Amino acid sequence: MTDLLYSEEEEALRAAVRDLLTDHCAPADVIARAESGAPHDRALWKTLAEGMGLAGLLIPEEQGGQGASAREAAVVLEELGRAVAPVPYLTSAVVATEALLACGDEELLGRLAAGRTIGALAVGLHVAPGGEVRTVRAEDGGLHGELTGIADADVADVLLVPADDGGLYAVAADAVTVTPQTSLDLTRPLATVRLEGAPGRRVGDAGPAVRRALRTAAGLLASEQLGLADWALTETVRYLKERKQFNRPVGGFQALKHRLAQLWLEVVNLRAAARAAADAVACGEDADVMVAVAQAYAAPVAVHAAEEALQLHGGIGMTWEHPIHLYLKRAKADSIAYGTAGAHQGALAGLVDLQGP
Amino acid sequence: MTDADELVRRTRELLAEHPPASTDRLDFLRARFDAGLAWVHYPQGLGGLDAPRSLQAVVDAELEAAGAPDNDPRRIGIGLGMAAPTILAYGTEEQKQRYLRPLWTGEEVWCQLFSEPGAGSDLAALGTRAVRAGEDWVVNGQKVWTSSAHVARWAILIARTDPDVPKHAGISYFVCDMTDPGVEVRPLRQITGEAEFNEVFLTDVRIPDSRRLGGIGDGWRVAQTTLMNERVSIGGMRLPREGGMIGPVAQTWRERPELRTHELHQRLLKLWVEAEVSRLTAERLRQQLVAGQPGYEGSGMKLAFARLNQEISGLEVELRGEEGLLYDDWTMRRPELVDFTGRDAGYRYLRSKGNSIEGGTSEVLLNIVAERVLGLPAEPRTDKDVAWKDLAR
Repeated sequence: MTDLLYSEEEEALRAAVRDLLTDHCAPADVIARAESGAPHDRALWKTLAEGMGLAGLLIPEEQGGQGASAREAAVVLEELGRAVAPVPYLTSAVVATEALLACGDEELLGRLAAGRTIGALAVGLHVAPGGEVRTVRAEDGGLHGELTGIADADVADVLLVPADDGGLYAVAADAVTVTPQTSLDLTRPLATVRLEGAPGRRVGDAGPAVRRALRTAAGLLASEQLGLADWALTETVRYLKERKQFNRPVGGFQALKHRLAQLWLEVVNLRAAARAAADAVACGEDADVMVAVAQAYAAPVAVHAAEEALQLHGGIGMTWEHPIHLYLKRAKADSIAYGTAGAHQGALAGLVDLQGP
Repeated sequence: MTDADELVRRTRELLAEHPPASTDRLDFLRARFDAGLAWVHYPQGLGGLDAPRSLQAVVDAELEAAGAPDNDPRRIGIGLGMAAPTILAYGTEEQKQRYLRPLWTGEEVWCQLFSEPGAGSDLAALGTRAVRAGEDWVVNGQKVWTSSAHVARWAILIARTDPDVPKHAGISYFVCDMTDPGVEVRPLRQITGEAEFNEVFLTDVRIPDSRRLGGIGDGWRVAQTTLMNERVSIGGMRLPREGGMIGPVAQTWRERPELRTHELHQRLLKLWVEAEVSRLTAERLRQQLVAGQPGYEGSGMKLAFARLNQEISGLEVELRGEEGLLYDDWTMRRPELVDFTGRDAGYRYLRSKGNSIEGGTSEVLLNIVAERVLGLPAEPRTDKDVAWKDLAR
């Protein structure tokens, strides 16, 4: 049976990441950065990726990585979610890395593992595993076309672009035009990528690489959503113990206590689902079902947690200066990222033989 | 320290001395108890060997392979799950020796005399009176929602021994003889048509003081041990995928394509996901317990279990359409066993309504989660410092 707990090593990894984020990813700084024109925190990324070597968790040691598994990457994502950290961990160290692992491209894997190169898979963030993937034209030795909704593209050094000849191409960022889009999620911004005869190197077949990358992404996104939800619950409980109205702590009112207890139950469930998905991705067993279950469950919980946090904070929760909106925006964007809960629920119909009418 | 090898050795010794094929069932169970292989985490001389609880599986596997009889735990759930841990924690040596062996072998069935018509969620407000008369207590009152009372030899009973102090302080905990002439058990028919529960009327029931568990006035604390074990046993069963209430409805869905609609499909898939996640949470809790990590998840399991059972069985009745208008049998019966997933969809729908009431209502459990797990302030209390006799009722 699936190991649903955290190992001692995983807890140590969590503690290290949390310490770093506590010191270097304060909510006020994240809010200020969101509108600065440079929403990503490159210094934080450098420490995480190079300093702590976390960019290479999923990459085997012989290719310059840490040779860990999806279980450890999930723990990192929980902590990054808890801090809505504006770093391209999911997009580069998980999604682009998984695509390259499917292709076996040692050169790029080595660069990503070292953390000095940031990669991005040029597939819209909304695309579910097995969903339709937009491609660019491969023509006269160059790539032509425009792709939209590419997460973290504006900090990527290399883009992995699916083309209409079935290939996945590595394209240097300076050979394309990346234009930021105004994104709902301030901390994981999207961009359009325009290719006008950009040279690319074919690293492998796009089909299996994209499928693998998106499945792992969907599975591990549940851990990020768990981190978001856990922050929202913890912070709201803390606030409601302090906040007084009617000469009582607001958290003593039963209507609010029951809502928080229900939310706690959802977060407890999400933790089990996220651990099951991470473990299944790590060992490859039952992974399609476990990823679909986790994604069908996670998004409503993360969104509910952020919405409850906002409502139960009252007026302060509606302000730009309070970080709740960062979590709400991330949670809502995550509910579309790598397939909606409904899309994953629909996939289960086939996976567990509960076909529709 | 008793390790797995030692337990296997002792189990094989038991099997050799009392071959199941040629040994009377009860004789075998008694011998198993006396060998310390009944519940290995219990003390020596009381059916155990002071071994880690996790090693019980080693013994059970050996016995099952040898075709040995078991003690039919579903028939004696209240004794095993609630009375026994309380007796072990608070009983005198004499009480442990008297009660635990026949409890475990199933020779004596136990029931629980806690809830009253006027004391449900506010159990500590109970009004059944126990008045001291020499070496005995004389008990008068009414208990309700008592499973197995009609087959029970003994009951765990909480009664008010001091009405002049605040409600929690005036309760004592007893073992009540269900064959006492003052005990009258009446079936209490439920919405399912059967009478799984009973009302129990206690009229001048005499209980010797030697059958008190814990100190006079200490009954509320003793009862906490019982109630904690009840909630664990209700929410903490280990199941395979589709092992619970979702199993029958998923099966019907697969076998009866003509019943499918788009709306039901979406609801079914959502509930399937929730049932699977709930199963994973229960499994995670189990892994935490085995690893010796205290987990709070248990408090929430019963909440999820109740809601899911109700929603899933409700969906199943609708799915059956025309057949959902029928019910298998309203005949009044007094079943010895309770099976939430037994009988047909209509029964499951009706029976599961009790899941959010029995063993603590969902509303009370939400308070417990909010206060004990999340540390939110307790409800303002107006009853804490008032003598029981002066409470509003």
